[in-house]
Amino acid sequence: MIEGILIGLTTALTIQNILMVMVGCFFGTIIGMLPGLGPMTAIALMIPITYGFDPATGLILMAGVYYGAVFGGSTSSILLNAPGVPGTVATSFDGYPMAQQGKAGKALAIAAWSSFAGGTLSAIYLLFMAPSLSKVSLSFRSPDYFALMILGLTAIAAFSSKGQFLKAMMMVVLGLMLASVGQDSLSDITRFTFDNMNLTDGISFVLVVMATFAMSEALTIILKRNDPTSAAKQVSLTELGSIKINKEERTKMYKTIPRSSVIGFLIGVLPGAGATIASFLAYGMERNVVSDEEKEKFGKGSVNGLSAPETANNAACSGSFVPMLTLGIPGSGTTAVMLGALLGFGVQPGPRLYMTNPEIFWSIIMSMYIGMVILLILNLPLIPYIARILAVPKNYLIPLILFFSVTGIYVMSFNNFDIYLMIGIAVVATFLRLYDFPMPPLILAFVLGGLMEENLRRSLLLSNGSWEFLWDRTLTACILATTVLIVLWHIYKTFKKKI
Amino acid sequence: MNINTTKIISLLFFIFSAFYLYTAYQIQVFAFDENAPFNARTFPIYLGYAGLFFSGLKLILPDPNTIKVDHKNLEYKKTGILILIAIIYGATILKVGYFLTTSLFLFASYYFLGERRWILMILLSFPFVAAFMYLLHGILDIYLRDPFLQSIGVMG
Repeated sequence: MIEGILIGLTTALTIQNILMVMVGCFFGTIIGMLPGLGPMTAIALMIPITYGFDPATGLILMAGVYYGAVFGGSTSSILLNAPGVPGTVATSFDGYPMAQQGKAGKALAIAAWSSFAGGTLSAIYLLFMAPSLSKVSLSFRSPDYFALMILGLTAIAAFSSKGQFLKAMMMVVLGLMLASVGQDSLSDITRFTFDNMNLTDGISFVLVVMATFAMSEALTIILKRNDPTSAAKQVSLTELGSIKINKEERTKMYKTIPRSSVIGFLIGVLPGAGATIASFLAYGMERNVVSDEEKEKFGKGSVNGLSAPETANNAACSGSFVPMLTLGIPGSGTTAVMLGALLGFGVQPGPRLYMTNPEIFWSIIMSMYIGMVILLILNLPLIPYIARILAVPKNYLIPLILFFSVTGIYVMSFNNFDIYLMIGIAVVATFLRLYDFPMPPLILAFVLGGLMEENLRRSLLLSNGSWEFLWDRTLTACILATTVLIVLWHIYKTFKKKI
Repeated sequence: MNINTTKIISLLFFIFSAFYLYTAYQIQVFAFDENAPFNARTFPIYLGYAGLFFSGLKLILPDPNTIKVDHKNLEYKKTGILILIAIIYGATILKVGYFLTTSLFLFASYYFLGERRWILMILLSFPFVAAFMYLLHGILDIYLRDPFLQSIGVMG
């Protein structure tokens, strides 16, 4: 492991990579502060830039954007009660009341230190857990992988859809259908191309991400007459006050941070869960473990209530890298985008990644530490200045997002058809968004589609076409049982709500 | 059954899944693969049935969380114009070149979204695109096709 850490440090500490972490964190913070534009859009917009880099640098840049977006989301949550990303909703429960009491600077400082500590601690957990998990996952076989993918897709549909499980499952199927277009990986038979040569190689992953996130979010903003930059304008005008944290507050944070980081990390590791669930669970748990006197302060500006979700959401971000790096199966929409980008670089994440490409594996982990330090330096003193940059009118912001989207496809394919297809998918996605059809399950399914078919093919061929492979191995059966439990739990929740 | 837009979308998805399933059955596989436990059409067939199943359930089951969209408050005109500009941009980018079409696309988009600060509009189109092109082409070594700049000798 020490050798790996040294490889990671050597790669992550090059001037280019430090610069990429800084650019990523800065850009991510900006996007994260804009309500409506999440980390997936931020990462999608970065993809064209990463074409010019090696895989390690590209991924370091995208990881920086991810942490930055979650970090930036907390700022608008605290100052305006308008969370930039869903993972920071719980932050507003105590952060906003604290800001209203004239302690906005203090609230931001608590959030920044908690995020820093949560991110750093979870990077340490990742450091120890990822190599061991990689070794364990080497014993995984095709049926286990197939079952894991079913679990991931079901979980993301259950957790990301806010009571719209069937809609999310429809999006999962649509994502898998889009992934099935083009040549079959084994027989080279073309499917669903309708004799169009442009579809022979399938639909590009970058195209689908750009269309369903960057482009459709931009169109949705115009269609709904939203102005994401208005929040930033208000942030730039807010008086922050002192950013000093006193001894009593520090003592409270010392207790909250370790337990919330463990919850955040573990939830992040679970497929489909992620920062939003982690932050809510950490908030709920913290409320249960504190004294009655402190419990009364929850919702009114409690230090514990602010520190817990902020620690957990950053810890969950690092945790979500575990399934991607060790199994090659992303646990969230955001890591699915990163997986797609890695596949574009010709790198196959999975249990062998840390043996075949140790520089990528370890440099991502090492860059997390560097990223956390940069975010701490960036978030606290620079927030009012970043917000001023953000106060760019939406009349400029939207065309620039569209421009980045089209450029991403143009430099990749030099093909008009891909641009038209992207616009078409973006229009459909915009319409679906209006009716609350979630997009992250579609992206995860699109990324996993090929792998899922491959593993199902191997499993069925090995078992002579029998579906017994689903319960032949204990591990496969356990994973599928978890999937069934998630579905049953979801049905129970819906049923209970109706009663 | 209460008819709302979500149900209509589900119905469209049901029809789409049926079409997908029909097309999946039409996929030509090699003769020796026809009766294999898994061939090129197996996975798409399962997907077609899954699509029919989930959209069918959405159609049949009651929808307590009906999403109501107030169409009067939606900005269809500007969105439509923006999509049209993007289509024209896509149609001309290969023939005319990246620099000119992108700059004009940005300028036109700013204008149709209601911006009238001409100097800022120009600064955030032509020089901005030139700087971005330099970043991609000059620094990151990403190839950018541009017949217009090649014809006037700016690009090699």
